[in-house]
Amino acid sequence: MTKRKATVFRPTAFSFPYLAVTLIFVIVPLILVLVYAFRGEDGGFTFDNFRQVFTEPETLRQLGQTVGIAALSTLICLLIAYPVAYILASNPFNKMAILALLFVIPMWINFMLRIFALQSLLSMIGIGKSYTAAVIGMVYDFFPYMLLPIYTVLANMDKSYVEASRDLGATPVQTFFKVTLPLSIPGVVSGISMMFMPIFSSYAITKMMGDMNTTVIGAKIASLFENQNYGSYGYGSAISFVLLVLVLVVMLIGNAIVRRTEKAPKGGKA
Amino acid sequence: MSFFDKIRSIFIKDKKDTAPAPAEAPVSAPAKKGENIIEIKGITKVFDGVTVLDNLSLGIKRGQFVTLLGPSGCGKTTLLRLIAGFETPTEGEIFIEGVPITSIPPYKRPVNTVFQKYALFPHLNVFKNVAFGLKLKKVKDPTAKGGERKYTKEEIEEKVNRALKLVGLEDYGHRDVNSLSGGQQQRVAIARAIVCEPKVLLLDEPLGALDLKMRKEMQIELKKMHEDLGITFIFVTHDQEEALTMSDVVVVLNDGMIQQIDRPKKIYDEPKNAFVADFIGESNILSGVMEKDYVISFLGKSLPCVDKGFERNEKVDVVIRPEDIKISGGKEGGHFDGVVLTSVFKGTYYEMIVLASDYEFTVQSQTEYRPGTEVSLEIVPDSIHIMKKILTINKHLGSVTGENAVTFCGGEFEIPTEGFEVGDEVIVYVPFDAVELTDDEKDGVIGAAVTQSLYKGTYYQVQVYTDTDEDFYIDTSDEWDMDDRVGVKIDGSKVRLEKYDPDAAEEAKE
Repeated sequence: MTKRKATVFRPTAFSFPYLAVTLIFVIVPLILVLVYAFRGEDGGFTFDNFRQVFTEPETLRQLGQTVGIAALSTLICLLIAYPVAYILASNPFNKMAILALLFVIPMWINFMLRIFALQSLLSMIGIGKSYTAAVIGMVYDFFPYMLLPIYTVLANMDKSYVEASRDLGATPVQTFFKVTLPLSIPGVVSGISMMFMPIFSSYAITKMMGDMNTTVIGAKIASLFENQNYGSYGYGSAISFVLLVLVLVVMLIGNAIVRRTEKAPKGGKA
Repeated sequence: MSFFDKIRSIFIKDKKDTAPAPAEAPVSAPAKKGENIIEIKGITKVFDGVTVLDNLSLGIKRGQFVTLLGPSGCGKTTLLRLIAGFETPTEGEIFIEGVPITSIPPYKRPVNTVFQKYALFPHLNVFKNVAFGLKLKKVKDPTAKGGERKYTKEEIEEKVNRALKLVGLEDYGHRDVNSLSGGQQQRVAIARAIVCEPKVLLLDEPLGALDLKMRKEMQIELKKMHEDLGITFIFVTHDQEEALTMSDVVVVLNDGMIQQIDRPKKIYDEPKNAFVADFIGESNILSGVMEKDYVISFLGKSLPCVDKGFERNEKVDVVIRPEDIKISGGKEGGHFDGVVLTSVFKGTYYEMIVLASDYEFTVQSQTEYRPGTEVSLEIVPDSIHIMKKILTINKHLGSVTGENAVTFCGGEFEIPTEGFEVGDEVIVYVPFDAVELTDDEKDGVIGAAVTQSLYKGTYYQVQVYTDTDEDFYIDTSDEWDMDDRVGVKIDGSKVRLEKYDPDAAEEAKE
């Protein structure tokens, strides 16, 4: 065999466009955020912006409220979505994937439209702009993101696990808590991260459905950047950076949980 | 000390250990070997309009190793799942030790299952998998509240370790189940089931996923375990060799019906019908005519046999095992003269195909005759097995829907209807050779799936299954592949019609 000439189109060449996109739209903005976060009003390096994040009571309160509203909506969503996913994945309904689709179709409608519609519906039954309304909005909007991963895990779960459990003497309730639930944890974790993290940075829902006191940190960042005052860019970037770290921590915890439940790849060696 | 000695020693010790504990004594009447532990009465199971089990009854004796054997789709796994409680029968009742169990949920039944793909819990390690059932189990203890208590941690640990020792995985308790090989996972699955001390152990093709060598080893080990544990094993397999090697009793199933229940040796030597003969090992199956008692005629020859009790000139199936045919060189001395077509060495014998009287005999012999050699075949009376033909004609209920048109089995066929009027209910008799199969489903009047194809000497007997849940038998010179979709046509001139009279039919039944 003679040596082949280096071909122009190596497989790695196909990844260049993606690399370029990633570079322009992810890496560069991230660096910009970092630069702004560490730049003082005079243009020099400073920690002032971060100091401000952790000392300004208003910011801390909003940060706390963001975590609170994200955690509460995620929890409520999980409590509703799990039973729904369980029922949809169970025998008589499983054949009708259309039912699961019904829960997903609202995602196809414009997000703002959905929120407006929900808002008018809620005010019709007497729930005006409030913390409660904001939480309902979050739960409503992110429900499919919670439902789908759990549904997928439950629907694809080997039914013989449940049968083995019942065969070994576990009642249906025991089987659920000892087998079904632990095996569905990866779906639950993925649902939580799909919901918890976007809520951190979303502020449209709280802005439109919450009252004056229900503001999240996303709104604060937006207002800082909308402000023409050049100095607030640095503060806004610092808050964004803190959020980013928080989200990363949540993600790492989630991954650790999943890895613990799914220690090895499915099936194993034959 | 060999592995089996180890098992034995563990078990002898085991019996001593557990004997004084009255808590574990059986609740019901004292166990007698030989009585039926499981009684299946008239079980029918229908899935989405398809009858998987058809009015099946079976008794299983305590302590036996019973194998349910049959091709895929014969209903053997369904039967096992009915006993385990994962399915409920459409009709009929199952009794375990005289207690009807069809309304009892699986977690309360005194049976445990070893699943086909093991179904080990991936989130638990080996020890916890085996301990799963024990942690849930309640033991009788008169000193405890309510007369029942759970196993203590120490008891669970002891039992789990003993079960792991029994399957040869003593030091694997802490291991992740996904890190084990197929054979090891299999052993964990067995340990997990027997640690619960079931009265009946159900095994659903447990060796199917193992390689050949491993499978042979596990066959011997399972058999040993059965002897040591003394409980009833019900084993499902489609592998006839496995069934014959391991079982006390083999139940051959096909089409949701029991074809034969017997000891392995008898199943092999005296198959009850052509299906069993074909399914259990290599066979030459031919069509013959019983001339009179002890005389059978096939392939144009009359030969002495040992069977009697058939009607004169009754059509029968003849089964001859390949190892029962005596083959010798030359053209003399035998019943059939032929030519060797192929010869294959099979380890301890040669398997040859011999063309004689237009039939391709499969013959096994220690001596090889090369292809092209002229040989003579001798068949002694003892080795000719005669079986009643299950059916000699297709019989279907239909109605006359037009001039020379009869509708049955979901299609309108062209059949002369002289003497009948439109709207008449008729019984349609279709001889096997009046049916024609077509490659393309659309070319036939109705579509059907091939469920069985048996070579009967000069022709194939094919069984097809129509979409209206009915069977057709066809005699054809072509071989058809199982599960293929085919079209069914009928030569109307060979079909006989008979007026259907419901009242007369009722009487005939009684």
